[in-house]
Amino acid sequence: MTALDTAPAETATTGGARLARRAFAVRELGIALALVLLVVVTTVVNPRFLSAQNLKDLLLGSTILAILAVGQAVVVITRNVDLSVGSVLGLSAFATGAVFVAVPGLPIPLMLVIGAALGAVLGAVNGGLIAAARVPALVVTLGTLYVFRGLDYMWATGRQINAADMPAAFLRMGTATVLGVPVLALFAAAVLVAVGYVLRNHRSGRELYAIGSDPAAARLSGIPSGRRVFYAFVTSGALAGLAGVLHAARFGTLDANAGLGTELNVVAAVVVGGVAIFGGSGSVYGAALGAVLLTTIRAALPVLGINPFWQDAAVGALILAAIGLDRALSARVARSLRERKAHV
Amino acid sequence: MPTPLLTLDGVSKSFGAVAALQDVRLELHAGEAHALVGENGAGKSTLVKILAGVHGPDAGTISLDGRPLQLSGPADARAAGIAVIYQEPTLFPDLSVAENIFMGRQPLRSLRRVDYAAMRTRAAELFARLGVRLDPDRPARGLSIADQQLVEIAKAISLDARVLVMDEPTAALSGIEVERLFAVARSLRDAGTAVLFISHRFDEVFALCQRITIMRDGRWVSTDPAGTLTVDEVVRRMVGREVSAMYPKQDTTPGDPLLQVSGLTRHGSFTDVTFTVHAGEIVALAGLVGAGRSEVSRAIFGVDRHDAGEVLLDGVRLPNGDTAAAIRAGLALVPEDRRQQGLVMELSVERNTNLPRRWSLARAGLLFGGAERSAAATWAQRLQVKAGRLTDPVSTLSGGNQQKVVLAKWLATAPRVLIVDEPTRGIDVGTKAEVHRLLSQLAADGVAVLMVSSELPEVLGMADRVLVMHEGRLTADIPRTRADEQSVMLAATGQAAAA
Repeated sequence: MTALDTAPAETATTGGARLARRAFAVRELGIALALVLLVVVTTVVNPRFLSAQNLKDLLLGSTILAILAVGQAVVVITRNVDLSVGSVLGLSAFATGAVFVAVPGLPIPLMLVIGAALGAVLGAVNGGLIAAARVPALVVTLGTLYVFRGLDYMWATGRQINAADMPAAFLRMGTATVLGVPVLALFAAAVLVAVGYVLRNHRSGRELYAIGSDPAAARLSGIPSGRRVFYAFVTSGALAGLAGVLHAARFGTLDANAGLGTELNVVAAVVVGGVAIFGGSGSVYGAALGAVLLTTIRAALPVLGINPFWQDAAVGALILAAIGLDRALSARVARSLRERKAHV
Repeated sequence: MPTPLLTLDGVSKSFGAVAALQDVRLELHAGEAHALVGENGAGKSTLVKILAGVHGPDAGTISLDGRPLQLSGPADARAAGIAVIYQEPTLFPDLSVAENIFMGRQPLRSLRRVDYAAMRTRAAELFARLGVRLDPDRPARGLSIADQQLVEIAKAISLDARVLVMDEPTAALSGIEVERLFAVARSLRDAGTAVLFISHRFDEVFALCQRITIMRDGRWVSTDPAGTLTVDEVVRRMVGREVSAMYPKQDTTPGDPLLQVSGLTRHGSFTDVTFTVHAGEIVALAGLVGAGRSEVSRAIFGVDRHDAGEVLLDGVRLPNGDTAAAIRAGLALVPEDRRQQGLVMELSVERNTNLPRRWSLARAGLLFGGAERSAAATWAQRLQVKAGRLTDPVSTLSGGNQQKVVLAKWLATAPRVLIVDEPTRGIDVGTKAEVHRLLSQLAADGVAVLMVSSELPEVLGMADRVLVMHEGRLTADIPRTRADEQSVMLAATGQAAAA
């Protein structure tokens, strides 16, 4: 039991730590491998799947989902969920069009800031309700999902904003590339790196993991749980707002239905990406990979000649497989940690 | 005497109708170790939570250095220099041991980044000071209770606190680890820290502490220098009456073997556990927290699956991991944590009472109000449950009465083997004696009783035979005549073989 009766071992890492680290690596590595496998198989069936144009389309298609998934991952890590992201995206996208109609010469960076700010305000509504009313996030954001969408419908009143109403430079941003990489994908990469950095290196980021790992222990440790969770929802909202602006740039045509039903796709991407739905573990990199994987599957299934009616089922099966893998892995890690001596 | 470092004066705290603390006082001095003793349910843990800023007192004041102290949360207490080692470890299973120690206070490097290397080194230094070699990089998930406790201790020490509160820190530790902890506590004390030490082990209390405060039923009883007290005197003040009356054990002659457990093993929890409980016998399962006692009782009842071995009830093998079959065979388990595992807090008293046998009460699958009411009323009366109405939610009852409802619920199934896990934890002294009388009566009626208990007086007072577990193994089987405090504690700390 005590270390005294064993000779001091001066190893840097123990089996337990190595094992746990490998398991965490496996989560993200596993998704990456699945992605590679999918691309290889699809390319064998149809070599054009790997053409530059198609790759660009894939990246573009993943971008918005990936940004939403990064925000969602921040929330899920705290053992919460944000179901309102699709509606926030919709509101922000329509607001983008409306603002450009009103102020045609508005600088694009300012529009990005406005969209993110609008999303942050909506996220603050979520976070505030959860903190003040002590109602589970699932219920609160289910409510705001409809409330925000309702506001969108009231504002749009059946109108549609077309590409012609928006500045050409803004629409070009939706399809432009830098060295072959779509600009939107660069946005997503920047968001991913920034959020990943804070979660890994900042005290507040580590506290998000602590809150999700054991909320009661987090309170006993003096972690300001309410404030941290509030800011997690503000982050998720702000990223959904940003995604709304990018959505407007990419599609050009806007009505009140933008982003309808996206929230479940986002949660799916996060879960497939290895973020534990009960919080405390996982990474935004995994969530972003999950978004890319889901998008690629949707693009690959028609190429593979799979009946479109089966596509949703295939995505669902993937989610179940990801969760199954996750459970099996964590059960295995827990078991070996239990049996292994904790002492070095 | 100089001004105390920390003073509690007239502190009271109630939870609903239950008064946990009434007019409690406490003075802690710098450079002094102070013991707080009392029975379970005496209010010690509530007092700790008030010091930790988890609960605010309903009345009374806390002052630090003579100045009033407002604690509106655990962060305030920490900022005031109060570090608490809780009875139940409060770790983050997904995070590394080092991160658990430094959460919220991680060492930083440039750009306010968490300095993982420094954090690892400092965690290793803390463990070196405690004389253990825990791996700072492994996740906290899967640590044994003793190791979790060591992480908690390292966390508290790393705070360089002015007041160090230890709520039964030694409950899961082995002898050498306790010695090390005490060495660290003494050096902190001599460096000017005020230590508040809560323990049920009197030898530890007298070895470490200069003064002893005794509490009973949420009230302050006395504070005296340790040198002027004897163990007997402390126990008398804690209990407030003669101890023997607490344990009305009737003498019975054991009948046929009813519960036979052989070679029961669950990897990582317990190994090769073999014993028999006869009809009419009360067998206590003693041991330190984390020795695997509750895990054994859960596996017998089928809540957890076992990896090897078998459980026989009256010679018939029980299927592995099948609670429903265990209940059908006549087994009942009164769990350790009645709020989480024993009761559905939102449901009424009568609903809770009838949960396990709702099908036998139902007609054509439907429960008619009358059937439930009368069945519940019978049991409430037999166990003297004090409830407003039987339709009140069970959460409105006091701890002792809740425990009676859990007992009623299982006794109503007319079990042949009753497993009770910590049957009197956190309930008042009067109810405790009632529960003991009830268990004794059941045994006299031919029920085989297996009682898991951490309270030595209860074990010694109630049991016909004492089984002792240490680190997942049965280390002793002591008959009533030979069981005493020393023999049980030696076996529980794994020193029986050496002695």
